[in-house]
Amino acid sequence: MAKVSKKKVSKKSLRKSSTVTEETAEVRPDVVYDEDDDEDISKDDENISSEEEEDGGDDERKRQKLLEAISALGGKRQKKLGERSEAAVHMSEFTVNAEGEGDKVDLSDLIGTLEKTSAVPARTKKQLKNLQRTNKTIECPLSKQESERIQRDVAFQKASTEVTRWKDIIKQNQRAEQLVFPLDKEPTGPRPMERIVNGWKAQTPLEQEIFALLSANKQPINDPILTPAEEASMRAMSLEEAKIRRAELQKARALQSYYEAKTRRERKIKSKKYHKVQNKAKRKEFLKKFDEMVKTDPAAALEELNKIELGRMQERMSLKHQNSGKWAKSKVIMAKYDEGARKAMQQQLEVNKDLTQKLVTSLDKEEEEEMEAVDEEVLPDFVNDAEQGLDSSNPWMKGKLSVDPAEKVLSDNVDVTTEGPGAVGNPAEEEEGEEEVVETEEETLLREFDSRRKQRQAHEADAAPALSVGPEESTAEEPEASDPEEEELSQFTSLFRGIADSCREADAEMAEAAADSSHTDPSAQLEEGLVRIRALEDMELLSQQESASDGAPVVPPATENLPSVTPPADKTRKRKRGIELKEVLTKETKVIKVPLVPTMEDTEDSEEKLDQRGLIKEAFAGDDVVSDFLKDKRRQEDAAKPQVVDLTLPGWGEWGGTNLKPSRNRRRRFRIKAAPPPPRRDQCLPSVIMSEKRNSSIALHQVNSLPFPFQTHAQFESSIRAPLGRTWNTEQTVRKISKPKVVTQLGAIIQPMSREELMKDKKHVSAGSRSSVDSWKRKR
Amino acid sequence: MKVKVLSRNPDDYVRETKLDIQRVPRNYDPSLHPFEVSREYTRALNATKLERVFAKPFLASLDGHRDGVNCMAKHTTNLSTLFSGSCDGEVKVWNLTKHECVRTLQAHEGFVRGMVVRHCGTSFFTVGDDKTIKQWKMEAPAYGEEEEPLNTILGKTVFTGLDHHRKEGVFATCGQQVDVWDEQRSSPIRSFTWGVDSFSAVRFNPVETELLASCASDRSIVLYDMREPAPLKKVIMTMRSNTVCWNPMEAYYFTCSNEDYNLYTYDMRYLDRPITVHMDHVSAVLDVDYSPTGKEFVSASFDKTIRIFPKDGGHSREVYHTKRMQHVICIKWSADNKYILSGSDEMNIRLWKANAAEKLGVLAPRERQATNYNQKLKEKYQHHPQIRRIAHHRHLPRNIYHQTKEQRVMKEARRRKERNVRKHSKPGTVPVVSEKEKHVVTVVK
Repeated sequence: MAKVSKKKVSKKSLRKSSTVTEETAEVRPDVVYDEDDDEDISKDDENISSEEEEDGGDDERKRQKLLEAISALGGKRQKKLGERSEAAVHMSEFTVNAEGEGDKVDLSDLIGTLEKTSAVPARTKKQLKNLQRTNKTIECPLSKQESERIQRDVAFQKASTEVTRWKDIIKQNQRAEQLVFPLDKEPTGPRPMERIVNGWKAQTPLEQEIFALLSANKQPINDPILTPAEEASMRAMSLEEAKIRRAELQKARALQSYYEAKTRRERKIKSKKYHKVQNKAKRKEFLKKFDEMVKTDPAAALEELNKIELGRMQERMSLKHQNSGKWAKSKVIMAKYDEGARKAMQQQLEVNKDLTQKLVTSLDKEEEEEMEAVDEEVLPDFVNDAEQGLDSSNPWMKGKLSVDPAEKVLSDNVDVTTEGPGAVGNPAEEEEGEEEVVETEEETLLREFDSRRKQRQAHEADAAPALSVGPEESTAEEPEASDPEEEELSQFTSLFRGIADSCREADAEMAEAAADSSHTDPSAQLEEGLVRIRALEDMELLSQQESASDGAPVVPPATENLPSVTPPADKTRKRKRGIELKEVLTKETKVIKVPLVPTMEDTEDSEEKLDQRGLIKEAFAGDDVVSDFLKDKRRQEDAAKPQVVDLTLPGWGEWGGTNLKPSRNRRRRFRIKAAPPPPRRDQCLPSVIMSEKRNSSIALHQVNSLPFPFQTHAQFESSIRAPLGRTWNTEQTVRKISKPKVVTQLGAIIQPMSREELMKDKKHVSAGSRSSVDSWKRKR
Repeated sequence: MKVKVLSRNPDDYVRETKLDIQRVPRNYDPSLHPFEVSREYTRALNATKLERVFAKPFLASLDGHRDGVNCMAKHTTNLSTLFSGSCDGEVKVWNLTKHECVRTLQAHEGFVRGMVVRHCGTSFFTVGDDKTIKQWKMEAPAYGEEEEPLNTILGKTVFTGLDHHRKEGVFATCGQQVDVWDEQRSSPIRSFTWGVDSFSAVRFNPVETELLASCASDRSIVLYDMREPAPLKKVIMTMRSNTVCWNPMEAYYFTCSNEDYNLYTYDMRYLDRPITVHMDHVSAVLDVDYSPTGKEFVSASFDKTIRIFPKDGGHSREVYHTKRMQHVICIKWSADNKYILSGSDEMNIRLWKANAAEKLGVLAPRERQATNYNQKLKEKYQHHPQIRRIAHHRHLPRNIYHQTKEQRVMKEARRRKERNVRKHSKPGTVPVVSEKEKHVVTVVK
């Protein structure tokens, strides 16, 4: 306000002064500045005394002028600027005055008089006062470039959000099986009745009358399915039901909250013992249930089994109990100096071993069947199960440990150092140490047994009764298993318990073995190093010795144990162990030494690398790759051999009938032996399998790399395998399969997508939801 | 004596009308059809071969211009009408079904730079080198009447491009700046500049009708919103873009044809890298137009070829060329998705089939089914080497073939060099720049 008023003042004054100058221009053309000054001076009180002033000042001015004219006569003219003083000093019309020369006009100067004037409303005064108090300056406006940039940015954001609305439609169209252009074409064929009726209006008086009647009686006009009354009744029903549902939900929620509270409380209990007991109880419960389940619901049981298997796999994958964790690493560092740490480490590795032990191997099947044949007549099948449980300790492991020649030599070497003390005393403490693990093991085992029994029962139905050999082992184990307290239980339960115990025993054994192996396993890591590095530095050797010596009070290594266990078993029943490499191997596997870069690097690298290798070794400890490979190769060789074609027809040229076989001569005549195949290309290559199936003439037509959208070969193959033609498919299917992706109409202009599509899409969604609601209603 | 004879009920095998399919009793058990894959493979192979046999895309050549064809326009409501403007300022209106020129008018002095038909199809606009925008009536003048524009706007500078709003009476021109005009006014309602002195093309978005894109001479593509006073954003590329075209079905995608032999498809929301780089041309790409289905687009190049690209494919699915066709300057895809029209330097407009092997005209239902089945077979077995080899084979003129080869060698050399540099420098100092990122210099907000 103040500023404005000031401006006005100055403007006024200017205008006036200009008029005055115009008046006096002719009189004093030279002295411009002075004149201005004069005017400035004069304008303050011009109203009052302009004339007087003019009179008074006239004389003096004339004199001045005269003087100047004289001075101008002599020589060059000196133009002397007139003095100029600040105009503002004299501007006091509205008592706007700054004190002193350099001061600015302040707001207080302007509104000083405001207090006194009553015409100004109090609110304005207050506002002005506030304004006076706050002495913030307004920030200077942004530069043009910046403001434009902001403008652009905002506009772009707006446009991009607007455009993004189309995303759904675009996605939908991209995914659509078939697009028919033009898009906005009305669908041909009969339209729903409602739409027609909606568009149509009663015109003739008769129609109008009818509609009036209908609407008067609350009959449906558009949607002929439900009358309003019916709908109302429906709604009422739905309310009731909604109430019931709500009550149910409430109850469920309450129950859930109770349950949650309970579990929370339980989880907070810190006592280990409590949890142990709890777990045990749970397990027992579960065992019982599982048994039931096996009988009632084998599918669920199988699922449980699968879950266990999955757990095992996960353990194997995750390396959770191996030496890669933070804790484990710290222990590894400590292990050199601390006995306890070493032990802890070992224990963890044992845990890992146990968890990753495979329970079912497909290779066992034959022997299992044999075993059944042996056992089934004498004992209930639980016993068999227990037996099986005993056997199912990882055959791969055994095979490997017993077979791998290089390793065996080494382990023997190690044995010399470690053999001796405490081979027998361990199991008990071992068992105590990992009671939990063992028990879970037992559980899984039991489950496995049950499921296997199921399978076997199915087998038994058609299997012929066979050999009967005394089941020594199982019977031998039975009495020892039964505890005094359990004797009063029924035979069934006792048997069951016995099995459980025996299997625990087996577990203990297994754990033992695992312990051994886990003890030897680190050494195996190192051993591996040794084998390879035999000719190299002693560093590895040294460390290996260390590890061998520090595990002093532990069992003799598994290599000792297992052979001693297995031979009697082999004696008693003539069956093959999972894999005996010696039997599998046709010739001695050549230990291929690989004097390659990696080993050199190994020697140079520190433990880290070794660790990794050890890790890998550990992770694949259960697999015996070599024998597996050999077996695979042999299988392929067999498959590739040409089969003998037997074309004999019984009863053709001879007497035929039951128990009559075609004569040998005839059989020989009609048996066609194929020519031996050309020698395999991989005949002389022990470690290579080369497929003989490749046919170069066909390969020309075959796809040799997986094409883009497919993830796996199986996918691609299945896509090729499904025929499209009407020779192999029904008419409907063919039509459906061979629908083209884009259909256009001949001679129809395809307009670009219009905004209505967007609306349609929305409407469609909402209509869809509404219709679903309707259908839901109708169902009720 | 009773004689037993074989008898069949004709109802089982006689069809009711001759339009019915022959009734063939069939057992669909897959075990009875062990050779289904090989049989279908053979069919697919045959279908592919036939497709190549029938691939005759060239339909007609429209001659009559006395200078190179510089621009073309489709009629918005009529499929058979085409407008073309030549370098001598002449505009011709063609009837495509009859392959003849129906009207000729001298629209401008100098080039006809741009041409567009009003959204309702009642009139069309042309801009030329004589700094004028002219609006013409769709109908030819009656006998004795003179050919005169409905409306002429005199501009201050040369206009180089023109496009019309899809719904309203608004059009946009470009030259020294991008102007948006109301049809009723003689001065632009908006004009956008952004530190660039000349634009080569401007296009309205056909879906979000208020958006525009333009190509500027500073190698940039600039986006505008008609409702906003300022442009939205621009992306600067390594080389200049010649034209730009929006996807008519997908609001935020547009494709630009670039001087560096490639086409780039952008998502307008993320300009910092193109969605796809379409490569195959061996010279500057001069024009691009989307198919009305938005699934493919066609590009015209200085290398005397036309290529058809799938909208998300990096390489073309088809290349058209003839001995006499020179630099192709403008290209259009007809509104029924069936034809492609190209205007080239040597004064001709050529009419092509969009789908080279397609049979034109009405198909009998069984014929259509057969083609559909064959199409699916080709799709199914497209990865098999023999089929692939046949389906992908195209004849190219010698010089283009050699240029392609040369390009490939150059590219490989560049790649090798980059790899070597990377190999011999400190790891991380030479980052791997993808092909998409390579061509974008910067995005200016």
